[in-house]
Amino acid sequence: MIPGIYIHIPFCLSKCGYCDFYSVTEAGKIPLFTTSLIREMEMYRGVFDRFDTIYLGGGTPSLLGADQTGQLLDALHRTFLFFDDTEVTIEANPGDLSPEMASSLYTAGIGRISIGVQSFDDGTLALLGRRHSATEAITAIENARRAGFGNVGLDLIYGVPGQNIRSWLETIHTALSFAPEHLSCYQLTLEPSTPLGLRYRSGEIVPPDDALLCEFFMKTSETLEAAGYVHYEVSNFARGDEWMSRHNRKYWDHTPYLGLGPAAHSFSGNRRWWNHRCLDRYIEEVGRKVSPIGGSEMLTGEQLRLESLYLGLRTKRGVDLDEFAHRYGCDLLHEKGELLRTMQREDLITITGNHLRPTRAGLLLSDSLPLL
Amino acid sequence: MKSIRNFSIIAHIDHGKSTLADRMIQHSGVVDARNFKNQILDNMDIERERGITIKSQAITLPYRSKDGKDYTLNLIDTPGHVDFSYEVSRSLASCEGVLLLIDAAQGVQAQTVANLYMAMEHDLEIIPVINKIDLPAANVERVMEQIDSELGLDPYTSLACSAKEGTGVEEIMEAIVQRIPPPKGNPEAELATTIFDAQYDAFRGTIIHCRVFEGTVRSGDIIRLMHEGTTHKVEEVGHFLLPRQKDESLSAGDVGYIIAGIKTVSDVQIGDTITSDRRPCAKPLPGFKESKPVVFASIYPIASDDYEELAVALEKYKLNDASFVYQKDSSAALGQGFRCGFLGLLHLEIVQERLEREYDLSIILSVPSVRYRFTLNDGREVYIDNPAHYPDSMSIMKSEEPYIRAAMMFPERHMGAVMKLCKEKRGENSSLSYPSPGRIELVIEMPLADVIYDFYDRLKSATQGYGSFDYDIIDYRESKLALLEILVNGDRVDALSQIVFKGNARERGLRACERLKEEIPRQMFKIAIQGAIGGEIVSRATISAYRKDVTAKCYGGDITRKRKLLEKQKQGKKRMKMVGSVAIPQSAFVAILKSDNT
Repeated sequence: MIPGIYIHIPFCLSKCGYCDFYSVTEAGKIPLFTTSLIREMEMYRGVFDRFDTIYLGGGTPSLLGADQTGQLLDALHRTFLFFDDTEVTIEANPGDLSPEMASSLYTAGIGRISIGVQSFDDGTLALLGRRHSATEAITAIENARRAGFGNVGLDLIYGVPGQNIRSWLETIHTALSFAPEHLSCYQLTLEPSTPLGLRYRSGEIVPPDDALLCEFFMKTSETLEAAGYVHYEVSNFARGDEWMSRHNRKYWDHTPYLGLGPAAHSFSGNRRWWNHRCLDRYIEEVGRKVSPIGGSEMLTGEQLRLESLYLGLRTKRGVDLDEFAHRYGCDLLHEKGELLRTMQREDLITITGNHLRPTRAGLLLSDSLPLL
Repeated sequence: MKSIRNFSIIAHIDHGKSTLADRMIQHSGVVDARNFKNQILDNMDIERERGITIKSQAITLPYRSKDGKDYTLNLIDTPGHVDFSYEVSRSLASCEGVLLLIDAAQGVQAQTVANLYMAMEHDLEIIPVINKIDLPAANVERVMEQIDSELGLDPYTSLACSAKEGTGVEEIMEAIVQRIPPPKGNPEAELATTIFDAQYDAFRGTIIHCRVFEGTVRSGDIIRLMHEGTTHKVEEVGHFLLPRQKDESLSAGDVGYIIAGIKTVSDVQIGDTITSDRRPCAKPLPGFKESKPVVFASIYPIASDDYEELAVALEKYKLNDASFVYQKDSSAALGQGFRCGFLGLLHLEIVQERLEREYDLSIILSVPSVRYRFTLNDGREVYIDNPAHYPDSMSIMKSEEPYIRAAMMFPERHMGAVMKLCKEKRGENSSLSYPSPGRIELVIEMPLADVIYDFYDRLKSATQGYGSFDYDIIDYRESKLALLEILVNGDRVDALSQIVFKGNARERGLRACERLKEEIPRQMFKIAIQGAIGGEIVSRATISAYRKDVTAKCYGGDITRKRKLLEKQKQGKKRMKMVGSVAIPQSAFVAILKSDNT
């Protein structure tokens, strides 16, 4: 259980129509924010063991610029201990990834880049409210490769109003032409408070129906697995086990992680806590050497059990039944045998030895399966 | 005795009965503003939420009249549903007069008439009161016309008030004193007291609510419950001031309470006559009926671990509800539970709701049934109220079901709709009369089984709310019966079985499958629902599989949010019973009886 670090960079040039992550457009506050982050790091000095991942997410971390990114990484290394092979990831917006930017990020010690391509279809990009074009996305990927990145991930979105299977598969094939090490394919969620969510509520846009969304999901998985990718989590694919996101997997098996920056979540033992979802308050409190924690929860055994089951069932790894029984005192085979057999017959799960795993169709039911 | 007035308020639902009671209580000053809350007599949550009165309540209101004398006004609040009509009749029997409350905007409604008739049966002085005169839609003149033409009462005897604003309340109190006759009776005569309610108190045991007609009862007396045949020593008597007020004695004309070391309310019967053991009255007061359950259903805990808790809860609940009966029962599909008897479906719903609320239990009720009578080949007669005990069809010589005589009243223009409904419910031997021009009274005999579920609701919709309904059980009549069984994914679910009239068994089977299809949520696999009679499948419905969740992303900040969502869904699932692999919601067990038109 080696911990990881997440840093939330809450800046965007503009807000995308579907995104409900915390971000602001006041880029002028970046320097003050960077200083605050470094102060927040100090608060955790000595608290965690040696880390093996750093993940700069957002927001748009690539807005930070190479210098500030470098400063942050230096500060992290001054404050915490890291393994030599630490996985360092940054999320980048295609529009920001010039050849110079890509090179300097790589030189600063970032080995893994996750590019927010979303689609190679300009119509879809416009509907999502992205500020880049398909051409810019392609250029960004090429720049990343040229700069030396050997671990490139692409983020894609499906289930967008107006999108059909054919246009989505075109996007996937374009993505595959760059042989990315990692692909995240997210089904669009229309969050109520976002511009797209509002347009959906007013009836202006109509997302695909459930049957079509099932088809998107199944086709995505079939196509990518046929191309040699491992479908290792509901929305994530790796070009071989070695390219799975080491950082993100920590979220799914209760490995500790430290989240820094506004709205960032942390987890350790059975405690989860999160910072205020407000940049100004974050800066102000950290400035006063006050912890910017906005809330926390102590998970009960029952809650840990439910999380462990639902998170496990989102992944190809599944749930180790012996370990589950040992940890939570709940023998699933014994208690839910009949239901599990029904699910097996329905081809939603497999049970091999002591391992319960979701099938491809089972991954689509990753919220319902844990409620058995 | 001359200063006592015993009265009740009767009204169609929502015409403002509880509000008027509240105002009179405030006017009398028995409760100070600090302790006052609305619907003060409806002290159960269910009563407040549904806006109905379930339990009778009595309260004594001191009042100084314009003539300068002090009076004691005893208000007996009555329940307002046909399930409890016997309790109502006992309460009315304890009064000399009623306030007949009519909404100034809605005018005379079905229950206004039904209530009027009940009051007339008891020979009570009737004071019509037009309420809600503050409403913009109020039309007092029209209501006065209706009082004349539809109720046959003198409209000039009516009073107007706004219980909400408190106007006219003084006049009503004054009219009670002037117009309702004081009770009669001789305090020196042999004791004759009627029980109109009994409530359970954890410290004192049963508190008998009663009206003394003759004689006097004092603490220390030995009383005899004439029908029950038991004797008890009186510990305390008193009046219903807020709170209860202990007194020396209760005498002829008084409404009050008696505490006599009686452990549970089941040890007394509503309508029984209390007399003195030493000097008993010649015969009990008239009107006593033994309260018998007419609707039966089994109660199961949703989690079988909760069986013991359910047993404890039922025992406690029973302390305060004498009309509820139960015994142990078990189901192949639902496990250990209890077979219970109720006065009607509202009573059943109330019991279910109170068990869940007051005892924090999640329970399932099997499909409600009436009590059938079978004569077997060997000549034995058996009563069956549980489909699980349906006799082997080869052994049945004769089957019979309970019949009721229903009395309905409604405007003439709804005749067609009502007759159609009654025909559908197998009504027979009907007779019609016209109590007033344009208004019909229909008396008809119907099988109880067809009435218990939704008859009243459907009558109301067939008559646009103007139909009133009351019934008495008359006898058992021969009827061809069949056992309709339900299979869910091939497993027989005994708690969903029903005993049905053979003539429409197939149709009932179809309806049951359709209802279950609506009630059982889609699950991760296909669900087949089948109806079977005598092993033959007569109906079928399929619930298609649920194939997709909102998958989305799941990183740091999403995990708690998603878990909370799942916890909520898990809570919802706790209200479903697992039958094999299929989760069946509570609602399915009752919905199965619902017909299409509701």
